[in-house]
Amino acid sequence: MTDTRIKPIVMPKWGLSMAEGKVTGWLKPEGTAIAIGDEIVEVETDKIAGVVEAGDAGVLRRTLGTPGTVYPVKALIGVLADADVPDAEIDAFVAAFAVPEEAGAGEEAAGPRYEFVDTPAGRLRYARRGEGEKTVVLVHGFGGDLDNWLFNIDALAGAATVYALDLPGHGQSDKAVGEANLAFLSGALIAFMDALAIPRAHLVGHSMGGAVASASALEHPERVASLALIGSAGLGPEINSGYTDGFVAAGSRRDMKPVLEQLFHDPGTVTRQLIEDILKYKRLDGVDSALTALSANLFPAERQTHVLADRLKQTDAPILVVWGETDRVIPAAHAGALEGRATVEVLPGAGHMVQMEKSGRVNELLLDHLKR
Amino acid sequence: MSRTLSFKLAINEALDLEMRRDPSVILLGEDIVGGSGSPGEMDAWGGVLGVTKGLYGKHGNRLMDTPLSESAYIGAAIGAAACGMRPVAELMFLDFMGVCFDQILNQAAKFRYMFGGKAKTPVVIRAMVGAGFRAAAQHSQMLTPMFTHVPGLKVVCPSNAYDAKGLLIQSIRDDDPVIFCEHKNLYASEADVPAEPYAIPFGEANVVRDGRDVTIVSYGLTVHRALEAAQTLSKRSGIEAEVIDLRTLSPIDWDTVIESVENTGRLVVVDEANPRCSIATDVAAYVAQQAFGALKAAPQMVTAPHTPVPFSPALEDLYIPSADAIAAAVLKTHPQALAA
Repeated sequence: MTDTRIKPIVMPKWGLSMAEGKVTGWLKPEGTAIAIGDEIVEVETDKIAGVVEAGDAGVLRRTLGTPGTVYPVKALIGVLADADVPDAEIDAFVAAFAVPEEAGAGEEAAGPRYEFVDTPAGRLRYARRGEGEKTVVLVHGFGGDLDNWLFNIDALAGAATVYALDLPGHGQSDKAVGEANLAFLSGALIAFMDALAIPRAHLVGHSMGGAVASASALEHPERVASLALIGSAGLGPEINSGYTDGFVAAGSRRDMKPVLEQLFHDPGTVTRQLIEDILKYKRLDGVDSALTALSANLFPAERQTHVLADRLKQTDAPILVVWGETDRVIPAAHAGALEGRATVEVLPGAGHMVQMEKSGRVNELLLDHLKR
Repeated sequence: MSRTLSFKLAINEALDLEMRRDPSVILLGEDIVGGSGSPGEMDAWGGVLGVTKGLYGKHGNRLMDTPLSESAYIGAAIGAAACGMRPVAELMFLDFMGVCFDQILNQAAKFRYMFGGKAKTPVVIRAMVGAGFRAAAQHSQMLTPMFTHVPGLKVVCPSNAYDAKGLLIQSIRDDDPVIFCEHKNLYASEADVPAEPYAIPFGEANVVRDGRDVTIVSYGLTVHRALEAAQTLSKRSGIEAEVIDLRTLSPIDWDTVIESVENTGRLVVVDEANPRCSIATDVAAYVAQQAFGALKAAPQMVTAPHTPVPFSPALEDLYIPSADAIAAAVLKTHPQALAA
């Protein structure tokens, strides 16, 4: 395995609970020249369907994973190598490849997957990864939870100590949402940082979480090292209330599916398990009233209550804005609201959940942003 | 917070949470507290298999040990429900409904209708169902179809701990009489169960496995047998079965069943009840009528035989629909695979 000209493509591990994944189809045929970030192969887990992006460049010499077949995490499913590497060497590499021992047991033993912390805004669930000097806090959007960062948290953990929390009313955090307004949610974020003794953090917010992060930066600039706003609320007046109202109203698989499909550029990303996980959350006592109140206060009738772009322009911390071009919840045009003030990237082939659909590129942008 | 919990403890937790939330929730049943009722034996039993154990310590006299008279205490529960309480009565074995059936059939099920909507009867009757417990012919029946036959009753039969908790909470909050069927051979089965209260709406089936080739519809214990069969079929014959857990039998989620059969063109219904006028015949008939054009093969039914549940362990094991029998029924809907 010392030959650095040959690079394995392995079954990825998306989140701690993933042990295996199914190859559903190759997006590039054997022999294609691959650049870093190219989408190579589609993989489906019991949670979500996704795409493996190239971490290295080279020619796709072998497509070993058979569509429809399930492979364990880290199993060899393809090979990248330069065009001049002889076939015999590639065959020898494939024959000698051993799936690394399951590291999951050790990770599980090292600590629980999730932790809880008591704050004045209630008991909040969070995940923590990495040991870097910088601190990153990931803030999900309306109806979401910390697993919205499934494809990002581990990638960022190499460069920082990364926290992802469930906001009040969301995930497995307490369901009480106070006045159900932006001030309560940003207060909860600051309370979360207080409780974990985080003096200052890089805030990464998605959708409503972007507005929460922005409001926190405006109220407590000393606590916020930078902002990364992804498909963010708070940058323009329009929002698709069909999505937010539909999400609040849907109580069954059949009603929820078309609502969730609006989140993604590729509606096929919405698996049965994803729908079921969201229904399980929505069935919890208190969720319906929390979401109803938040949606009525923050997104009434196709309008966002808080547009913070002008005030953000007056702040000093670096800002990164990322959007999926085909976002059907908050229009990608809002990415222009901080043009000149922020680094702005609109990614084609992605919808509202751009951090999941184009995780490789979004992670790259976030890592660059953290260096600034 | 979510953690692994057994089916039995999930039911206990649902009762505990609803008693904490709503003071009108009370429990009645034989031995649900402590058997004889003398102080030293309080909380000793918690019902015949210990489902309510520990609740007396938390809720005291809101649990009542009743005399061995189902007609008396089921009637008392129904009367209390009509007067504004939300009683949960434990009938122990559903087989015992014979002695209290007038209270259920002619009273509870009829009040809302006969009083023009002015009365409601929010009673839950919990009872164990199903074979495989070596408990012989009078303690092992799957009598679900006898209750789905009666308008005015809701009938629930969960297959796992997560559903058991959410469906029981929904049953207690529902304003109509609910027959809540607990398969005794599922009591030890475990699942991820959130610690918080949550309610699963009635009439919402759960698609527990996706597949394109055949729809297997079931409920209760046999959902697990259907999943086992589906895995075998996938490996041996390349047949991908979609498995639907009905969860509630009244109301029943026809839309999910029909939608699935329209995709797969084939139907196998698995029901632990006896075959005549059962959930199996009901689903097969409805699909034949509503989705006849989509069917590529005759619907198949896998049920218990039309006999009492045998006491002989060997015969009892043969009595419950097995994964092999389900797989064989699926192959009957795929004549090409059978020939190959």
